[in-house]
Amino acid sequence: MNTTADHIIKSYDKELERLRDEIVRMGELAVAQLEAAIDVVERRDERAAQRVVDNDDAIDAMEHEISHGVVRLLALRSPLASDLRAVFSALRVASDIERIGDYAANVAKRSIPLSMVAPVAPAHGLKHLSQLAANAVRKVLTAYRNDDAESAHQVWRDDVHVDEAYNALFRELLTYMMEDPRSISSCTHLLFMAKNIERIGDHATNIAENVWFVVKGEPLQAPREKASDPDAAPRD
Amino acid sequence: MNDLAAPAQAQPVTATGVRTKIEVRNLDFYYNRFHALKSISMDIPERKVTAIIGPSGCGKSTLLRVFNRIYAMYPKLRAEGSVALDGENVLDPGYSMNRLRTKVGMVFQKPVPFPMTIYENVAYGIRHHERLKRRQMDERVEEALHQAALWDEVKDKLKQSALGLSGGQQQRLCIARGIALRPEVLLLDEPTSALDPIATSRIEQLVEELKKTYTIVIVTHNMQQAARVSDYTAFMYMGELIEFGNAEKIFTKPDKKQTEDYITGRFG
Repeated sequence: MNTTADHIIKSYDKELERLRDEIVRMGELAVAQLEAAIDVVERRDERAAQRVVDNDDAIDAMEHEISHGVVRLLALRSPLASDLRAVFSALRVASDIERIGDYAANVAKRSIPLSMVAPVAPAHGLKHLSQLAANAVRKVLTAYRNDDAESAHQVWRDDVHVDEAYNALFRELLTYMMEDPRSISSCTHLLFMAKNIERIGDHATNIAENVWFVVKGEPLQAPREKASDPDAAPRD
Repeated sequence: MNDLAAPAQAQPVTATGVRTKIEVRNLDFYYNRFHALKSISMDIPERKVTAIIGPSGCGKSTLLRVFNRIYAMYPKLRAEGSVALDGENVLDPGYSMNRLRTKVGMVFQKPVPFPMTIYENVAYGIRHHERLKRRQMDERVEEALHQAALWDEVKDKLKQSALGLSGGQQQRLCIARGIALRPEVLLLDEPTSALDPIATSRIEQLVEELKKTYTIVIVTHNMQQAARVSDYTAFMYMGELIEFGNAEKIFTKPDKKQTEDYITGRFG
């Protein structure tokens, strides 16, 4: 992993590598889900949306498999030091990816009622926001695969852009609803979708923190600028 | 390579409020011409468990044996530097061997009970150093067996031969024998390598209890055991002290790559 030399026991290396590969695969699936979800919002395709929702089961199943692999490695290999950090973080990263998958499925689910009413303009802002989030997830997965703490840190810092895009979209939707109360139903759906995508960004930063921890052996603790705006959307 | 050991010298790993029991300074050891220990400096904290780990031949057992000067029984073995027990250099020929034996007890890899009764095994060492009345001796033997967590298993057969005990019991008997003299330091050289997992757990539990009273130094090949029982861990390689620090630190995030490679099972 982050030390160059291999283990004396070759199968141990293989198991650690397989764990990492599985997580990257799971992450790629989650990003694909997010992109598909945004696509169905745009295309207003109800049946495709349902397929995205159904696909989430596959991500959940992968998480189970990874948890099982982690327990197995802990029990049979008793990993220490950097190996221990890698195995321990695998569990946390898998759970972050599972949440990302959930949010993507939620976005797809909300697109179904949305596709039944007249389209609203701010849907475009949603696409921009989700592109930022998808990029963050993709970049952090690459960082995870390569034990690249610096690019992980970059993803972590860049989350502020996701937050900004979310706040901008939030205000836009608010304005829209005030101007035309008939759009409230659609805009509320969009608001929740935006919130879900903003949360995906947060999970990408969680993964970034784990990459940092695996490589450096210490938590990522640096001041990060927060988009602080009194009118900003509520954050949790 | 001296720079590797330097941090251990420069900053004592012991937390504040922990007293140093054994202060090792610039210790070199030679088996004839073979340089087995190279300028070792470390502070062994009082009433804590310090584990020494490292591959075979790294010098860990040698270091342990220097602490009670066992080597002095053999010619051509020579130690330089100092090992101060409570401030007094035990390597000094003026430090009496008898006194050292009462202060530092040792238990070896293979349990070696004397071919006598369980009772006599424990009483033997005491008789060598002290004159006790029958009743006092009974008390001392019982106390030692209690401390070694063996009393309940042997109280009804104290007059039977110690050779009839199981391996794990024999090892605890050896520990009882070691602590019967009420030493201050207990040296354990691979005390569980010949024992099954349950007997091993018993010894580890015992170590946990004993550290309330004794300063314990344990040499072990079992990394997990070192992680489980020790407060401080030293990693040695080719006669040098590579890293010495909090066990938690050593097993989660060691500073030196050699330590990392060793404990994670990679080629060093």
